[in-house]
Amino acid sequence: MIGRNQIADRHIGSLLEDYPFLSSFFKENGLDYQGRDDSTLNQIFEEYDEEEQEERAMDPELLMKQTAEFINQMLAFLNEDNEVHSLTILPGTDKSGEKEGFDSLVIRKSEVISIVGPTGSGKSRLLGDIEWVAQADTPTARNILINGDVPDSTWRFSTSKKLVAQLSQNMNFVMDLNVREFIELHAESRLVENPGEVIERIIIEANKLAGESFSEETPITSLSGGQSRALMIADTAILSRSPIILIDEIENAGIDRKRALDLLLSEEKIVLMATHDPILALMAHRRIVIKNGGITKVIETTEEERTILSTLEELDRTVLAYRTRLRAGEILIKG
Amino acid sequence: MNLITVSGPPSSGKTSVILKTIEALTRRDLKVGVVKFDCLYTDDDVLYEKAGIPVKKGLSGAMCPDHYFISNVEEVTQWGKKEGFDLLISESAGLCNRCSPYIKEIKAVCVIDNLSGVNTPKKIGPMLKSADIVVITKGDIVSQAEREVFASRVNLVNPSAVIMNINGLTGQGSFELSTLLHDEKNAVDTIVGKELRFTMPSALCSYCLGETRIGESYQMGNVRKINLENRQ
Repeated sequence: MIGRNQIADRHIGSLLEDYPFLSSFFKENGLDYQGRDDSTLNQIFEEYDEEEQEERAMDPELLMKQTAEFINQMLAFLNEDNEVHSLTILPGTDKSGEKEGFDSLVIRKSEVISIVGPTGSGKSRLLGDIEWVAQADTPTARNILINGDVPDSTWRFSTSKKLVAQLSQNMNFVMDLNVREFIELHAESRLVENPGEVIERIIIEANKLAGESFSEETPITSLSGGQSRALMIADTAILSRSPIILIDEIENAGIDRKRALDLLLSEEKIVLMATHDPILALMAHRRIVIKNGGITKVIETTEEERTILSTLEELDRTVLAYRTRLRAGEILIKG
Repeated sequence: MNLITVSGPPSSGKTSVILKTIEALTRRDLKVGVVKFDCLYTDDDVLYEKAGIPVKKGLSGAMCPDHYFISNVEEVTQWGKKEGFDLLISESAGLCNRCSPYIKEIKAVCVIDNLSGVNTPKKIGPMLKSADIVVITKGDIVSQAEREVFASRVNLVNPSAVIMNINGLTGQGSFELSTLLHDEKNAVDTIVGKELRFTMPSALCSYCLGETRIGESYQMGNVRKINLENRQ
């Protein structure tokens, strides 16, 4: 662990050399550090007299402490082995206090689990339990294990180490950036080493998912619904470090859902998918049934269900084909 | 009794987050009260009352809300003690980015929302930088990437804080926040003698005292002029 005393008297130049990520930290905190390679942190702080500190709302002692904390966090982030091979859910109770209807649910990476049940039945609590790596200390009293073990608490509190990434139908892009700038910003926040390559890949993958293609120059706020979804999925699959992806419905328009799942799985994600759509529910390897706040059943998709899925997919393709033709101004005919 | 100060820009979701969090706290049989500080108007006290939560409101009116808050925080602490609360939450809107309402040794929560833009964390001063817990709201309507970028920007300006995402509508995340608030060890009888974490924005000029006329000859006291020269 690096403490404040180990950095206070070091030169900015050598600090930046050892910890290049500090430049964004200094910048974000409004420190005049550029061109000051030969000054120490202490020296820079001392130049601000009391009035100047007040002016900038700057607290040198706090900032020094936070600089050290930030270095420690980033070093941990860069070195850590955060690989999640499996997630285990141990049963708790439903809203009436009844024990849940399963013994132990182990979900491995590259597996898709769908979650079905009425609205308000407890899907968000289940997700909350996973995200908070519950240890019988949430209202459901469930236990969550990672790689078969009780996980350490950094999963709860670290900003850079989040267990769950979420994709939902209601999510929008709000930034005023084009596609490339947007992914760049995300890559920068993830300290990605080869951003150019990653950006390229995300745009290619997103375009494979989207019905209509878009370029890196397209402003993200002018992407269509399908294109936005495609970019969100490709970006989350490739850039997010979270090992578990929760999907809250994917609308059946303008995006190839099968391919989207395949992309997430090829990135070794664990996919949980809350859905009312039979095609999505059956695409999963298993499905969790939630009622009254508890998991009542875990069902393996049967062979028969898989044939039903093929029929549904066939119907789906027919509907989509009609949709495309209508949009093109055609008159529909049978057959 | 524990005192918790919650602050954040207007409309960031403070009240929703507090309401959902109190739901979880009362399930643990903790008695919680709220003091809502605002400037000209608030009807949030009605929301608290509806939820059966004892509440007082204070409107700063023409005064700087921060100054009003700190001048009254001991009085409300005594009110909370008299009511026998386990936890008293003070909610105040950070109406300027220089707001600095936190007190040393009193747990401080800053609520900020994803829609406010990625450059916002940099713009907010002590209210964000010296908070113990930063709650980020409205994550359900922006993309995963924007959530990650926003959280990492918050982490850049305050690496010491626990950063949590809470959905003020569904309450997702509020149970988790509730586990971090109550701690017998942090109980206080009075906050007389405690100190602010950072000085409050200051002003003592003729306009503070009711001056309405414009022009240099009417400006007295702590007055500052904009710099219109080119920067060297």
